[in-house]
Amino acid sequence: MEANTRSTGRLPAAFLTPGSSSFMDFLSEHQPEILPGRRQLPPTQGVIEAPHGTTIVAVTFPGGVVLAGDRRATMGNVIAQRDIEKVFPADEYSAVGIAGTAGLAVEMVKLFQLELEHFEKVEGAQLSLEGKANRLSTMIRSNLGMAMQGLAVVPLFAGYDVDRDRGRIFSYDVTGGRSEETNYAATGSGSVFARGAMKKLFREDLTEEQATTLVVQALYDAADDDSATGGPDVARRIYPIVTVITEDGFRRLTEEESSEIARSILQRRLEQPDGPRAALL
Amino acid sequence: MSTPFYVSPQQAMADRAEYARKGIARGRSLVVLQYADGIVFVGENPSRALHKFSEIYDRIGFAAAGKYNEYENLRIGGVRYADLRGYTYDRTDVTARGLANVYAQTLGTIFSSAAEKPYEVELVVAEVGETPEGDQIYRLPHDGSIVDEHGSVAVGGNAEQISSFLDQRHRDGMTLAEALKLAVQALSRDTNGSEREIPAERLEVAVLDRTRWQKRKFKRIVGNRLSRLLAGDSDAGEASETDGTDGAGPSGVEKTDPEAD
Repeated sequence: MEANTRSTGRLPAAFLTPGSSSFMDFLSEHQPEILPGRRQLPPTQGVIEAPHGTTIVAVTFPGGVVLAGDRRATMGNVIAQRDIEKVFPADEYSAVGIAGTAGLAVEMVKLFQLELEHFEKVEGAQLSLEGKANRLSTMIRSNLGMAMQGLAVVPLFAGYDVDRDRGRIFSYDVTGGRSEETNYAATGSGSVFARGAMKKLFREDLTEEQATTLVVQALYDAADDDSATGGPDVARRIYPIVTVITEDGFRRLTEEESSEIARSILQRRLEQPDGPRAALL
Repeated sequence: MSTPFYVSPQQAMADRAEYARKGIARGRSLVVLQYADGIVFVGENPSRALHKFSEIYDRIGFAAAGKYNEYENLRIGGVRYADLRGYTYDRTDVTARGLANVYAQTLGTIFSSAAEKPYEVELVVAEVGETPEGDQIYRLPHDGSIVDEHGSVAVGGNAEQISSFLDQRHRDGMTLAEALKLAVQALSRDTNGSEREIPAERLEVAVLDRTRWQKRKFKRIVGNRLSRLLAGDSDAGEASETDGTDGAGPSGVEKTDPEAD
């Protein structure tokens, strides 16, 4: 299974072969069976029931980018999990939020984090933000077989580009197609409603604080109209996960900070259930 | 037809050991010391691209003296081993002891295999614990043995002399600045007993710092922070860690330090 159980206990030749800085390349040489994309599903009838994660939103602001997600996972019409976490740091300057089949997505994120960390340790330097986005693209593409059977993973990738000094967002489709989004983006079942909200609330000169409020507003609107997206749960103290990536790196808002934002939004929505109104002209 | 000479196994092994030791002795020495908040690696290295010290995993660091291409290969092998193990099981299941064993087996097999030339390397694998008592330092000589070290260890050319110098002066609970100064003093001693100056630019310094809040504890010390520590400013270690400008993010990724250039 792993290195020291083999014959003499020395590192197998694959471990000492110079060349690749990619952990995935190494795995595909040494132990291809544990790569998620290599698994073959037997032919199945109908949809496989597994928890699905839903809405992820991202918005840029001068100086960085905010990535946030709700906490609900659904399985058909059942709420499978109320407090699932769907936004993860990928490395110091980037984060990934996942929509789609939760089990596969979490494994994909784990491998993606490791891929970036491995490259950095071997090379002594970080991948460029584009390079990271492309690696994620490859991983999604390798999952295409599963996606065609209903087990799709569609992430949203956001990071701070240290070379260009700004936050950037990349969205993906099930085939691994990658596109850079300007200003804001959303993925998952509630993304249509979230995108509508962000379109009306976005401004070029948002502060970090305003940007974090904006994403929670968008998630609130998504939860308002999409049954698979969870709104802030005050009774159970489950609030959206909000992460900020700036020049100083990745930071996840503490529970107090995100509850503060969610509560102030809830307070205003008691008077205006549809949220802030944009100017007509 | 010529008859091959008989060489006794003892002689063959002694020759191989001699060959490896000579190769290692050509390299500059490096030292690894425990201090109050972790483990510090100090070595003389004029190159900034070819590192002697590096990160293997969250709490595990690697140091090597000898032939660069050979230890670089072992280093990458170690990173692959650790990452694979952490991926298959859990991050907490990657230990310095496990890694040291794999290295020892690898070096030992190569050393005793007549088909391969012995590696001219001596490695140190160190793991920083939650407390100083939990720190582990393993020295791995060329022949595949493992030596469990405490306090301080030196490998490379002048290792024996440096070790005895360190053994006499190293004590538990030193600050980073004290440990660093002691290490530089030890490295500055030549074989003939005279001392020479090693400028800060020629030093490679890294720490496994248990007080870092990130899960990855390895960090290189470069530029101004190194000069401040060498000048004896004992606050330099903590100060720059809290101001957040040279620290790494939650994933513990090292930032490109502006002080490095």
